[in-house]
Amino acid sequence: MAGAEWGGFEDNLQGGGSAVIDMENMDDTSGSSFEDMGEMHQRMKEEEEEDVDAEAAAVDEEDGEFLGMKGFKGQLGRQVADQMWQAGKRQASKAFSLYANIDILRPYFDVEPIQVRNRLLESMIPMKMINFPQKIAGELYGPLMLVFTLVAILLHGMKTSDTIIREGTLMGTAIGTCFGYWLGVSSFIYFLAYLCNAQITMVQMLSLLGYGLFGHCITLFVTYNIHFHSLFYIFWLVIGGLSTLRMVAVLVSRTVGHTQRLILCGTLAALHMLFLLYLHFAYHKVVEGILDTLEGPNVPPFQRVARDIPVVASAVLNTTAKAIALTL
Amino acid sequence: MAEAEESRAGGVFAGLSDVSISEDIPVEGEITVPVGSHSPDEDYSTLDEPVKDTIMRDLKAVGKKFVHVMYPKKSSALLRDWDLWGPLVLCVSLALMLQGGSADSKEDGGPQFAEVFVIIWFGAVVITLNSKLLGGTISFFQSLCVLGYCVLPLTVAMLVCRLVLLASSGTVSFIVRLVVVMAMFGWSTLASTAFLADSQPPNRKALVVYPIFLFYFIISWMILTFTPQ
Repeated sequence: MAGAEWGGFEDNLQGGGSAVIDMENMDDTSGSSFEDMGEMHQRMKEEEEEDVDAEAAAVDEEDGEFLGMKGFKGQLGRQVADQMWQAGKRQASKAFSLYANIDILRPYFDVEPIQVRNRLLESMIPMKMINFPQKIAGELYGPLMLVFTLVAILLHGMKTSDTIIREGTLMGTAIGTCFGYWLGVSSFIYFLAYLCNAQITMVQMLSLLGYGLFGHCITLFVTYNIHFHSLFYIFWLVIGGLSTLRMVAVLVSRTVGHTQRLILCGTLAALHMLFLLYLHFAYHKVVEGILDTLEGPNVPPFQRVARDIPVVASAVLNTTAKAIALTL
Repeated sequence: MAEAEESRAGGVFAGLSDVSISEDIPVEGEITVPVGSHSPDEDYSTLDEPVKDTIMRDLKAVGKKFVHVMYPKKSSALLRDWDLWGPLVLCVSLALMLQGGSADSKEDGGPQFAEVFVIIWFGAVVITLNSKLLGGTISFFQSLCVLGYCVLPLTVAMLVCRLVLLASSGTVSFIVRLVVVMAMFGWSTLASTAFLADSQPPNRKALVVYPIFLFYFIISWMILTFTPQ
């Protein structure tokens, strides 16, 4: 629904040189004052042309220099006013198109809470019907809220403990990671879909991947509060797997050809599952690394300072000597 | 209203009483001069008043809005004449208090001033855009104003946390801080919801409340995890 219909509206907004014509063709009445100005502009132009003709005719008969100066001044004044009017109009149309950009996003946010709830639940249920293209809702409210929720969960996972938490550096990485994943992987899969002739638009891909983050949110929320690695693996397989299967099924239903299906769905599945693994393990490590480097006196068991070479060397020598003595 | 009573009671207009209005039908309404016609004169004359008057008037307006936030009733004073002084003062004081750490330590004790500032304003802008896209009737700056003013309870929580941390920094203090921050977080969310949710279509209130909840949650998290150097 979303993509093609709004393309025409966008074309109208690409105001080129002839700003007057664009404004008059717009349906919004907010341009009405500009239509009046446009008419004034036309009238001014006609008057100018008349004046120029009259002056050109009069120049031959009367004192050419005197009238030429007057005509020139009149013309200069008109030109300056004209330029100011053009510049002001350009500014106004730029501002209008900037505001209208928000309106372009408006249909993607036209949802009811019930619909959002249903889509959240459906994102965990893979549909078996792959012979007919499955419907994807092209809305951006749910995915955007899910990305922000994921950011909040990542920050919440850094619990208070005796160590001092530098949340300043964590905030930027959390936001960057989540938004980077959502936008970057969506674009990448959209590009692959373009190569593999899959029928999916960018907004639909953003929406699909965004709702796929719901499984990630649940998993991380639970496993950050209950610290069992085996529990995490179960959640990773079950919940991560379900949401990945749903996305894969939707993509398969919209792609033709075995190789293309394999490429597209394999990539998406790998990236989605690996991202959850990364968030649980490596993100922790990144955070612990930051915490470790910032904690001076509390030396963690894994030493990150350079060890004294002689100590290590002598320890190595001792153990090798013992080993050799044992074998002899 | 007073003028209507006077004119009915007697005086110059007594002769008109028998024209059309009988005594037992109460005449109701307000005879007040519309405020709009005064404002150009007021604006013009405020140029000549002493600076103290101007500042005191603005401070009183900000203070009145603070009171409205602390006791959130459904009044439209916050929305009618919005201003961004209050949010600026609150944001700057919150960011200063969250700075923590001494300048000479090689790592910083908390988020930088700029980070807190950017997060608060960027978050408020995102929530405003979201509520506008969902079909809200409130204007951009009104929404910013409300969200900024509702940071007040969290600033109070930050003050309390700092005081508690001065006293002790063990588990008890953590529990006290947790309770205080959670209470203030709930207060902030309720206060901003009371002002903002009315401008939405009635069945979409939940869609607008949720990002506000997340926004104040992140600010509360920053406050709760703050430990001075």
